[in-house]
Amino acid sequence: MKMDLIQPFIGSLDTVLAEMMKAPATIADLAMEEDGYRRKGVAAVVTFKGQIEGRIVLDMDPQAAAKVASCLAGAEVDAAEPIVSEAVCELANMVIGNAVTQLNDRGFQFKVFPPAVLTEEQCAKAGQDWEATILCFETASGNVYLNVAMHYHARRSRERGPVAVA
Amino acid sequence: MKQFEALTRKDSQPVRYLIVDDSVFARKSLAKMIESFGGHLAGEAGDGCTAITEYARTKPDIVLMDITMPQMEGIEAVERIVQEHPEARVVMVSSVGYQDNILAALQKGARHFVQKPVKPDALYEIIRYVLNDDSVTAPVGAGESSR
Repeated sequence: MKMDLIQPFIGSLDTVLAEMMKAPATIADLAMEEDGYRRKGVAAVVTFKGQIEGRIVLDMDPQAAAKVASCLAGAEVDAAEPIVSEAVCELANMVIGNAVTQLNDRGFQFKVFPPAVLTEEQCAKAGQDWEATILCFETASGNVYLNVAMHYHARRSRERGPVAVA
Repeated sequence: MKQFEALTRKDSQPVRYLIVDDSVFARKSLAKMIESFGGHLAGEAGDGCTAITEYARTKPDIVLMDITMPQMEGIEAVERIVQEHPEARVVMVSSVGYQDNILAALQKGARHFVQKPVKPDALYEIIRYVLNDDSVTAPVGAGESSR
């Protein structure tokens, strides 16, 4: 997978986490995964189709997820509360939405689908036939994992356009 | 949350808002912002279909509309609301902010766009602008078939 596709997601997660958690996040690890995805905490998945196809999983340590939920709710939210999953979905929506905006501005066109809570059953399916890049971000409240699996489905529109002749 | 100078309608009544977003957190967060703007929450919807019926029921002054939603997306909902209510003032609020999406929303009759995560100051300025914009514009392409 090309890093130029992943870079917008890194930048977007960094920006959104800093806004939500009021503290910087640092990349602690980067790994490739070819087997089924193993959820680490509270996770949400967003899929997209078009000239780039794939899915992104945002997976957060429960304490980090609770921190985001508290920020979004404007009140303290416990990590055990079911509403924490909803907060991770909304955070995934922001991170991925901002990243695909950057990719679209570079000429890629695709449709983004609403985020969904990633269940154990969906985890295995999410990893099928996809080589994924997993980025681990460290925050003061715990780790945040971004699992990116996508591939080019078609060339960018500007690459398909007619060649200008001088 | 920071308190803003209250935005009001021309009759000095509080501005009434309809918030449309499939995320309960996003709705809650926007509701807090409009409260800090001195507004009143007229209704909420989690998808485009419900937004259409809620608009007709509540007749809000401003609609804050997400784009990516289940069942019916925000852009289609804007089109249908503005077709029936050309005076509708809809502000798109979405994390997906690429040009095609923004252009499509504006062509269907949305008045403005703000990208998530929403900054209260930015939303306040946009709402103030939209409230003062009296040019009720039909969506681009509306009525062309009858010409």
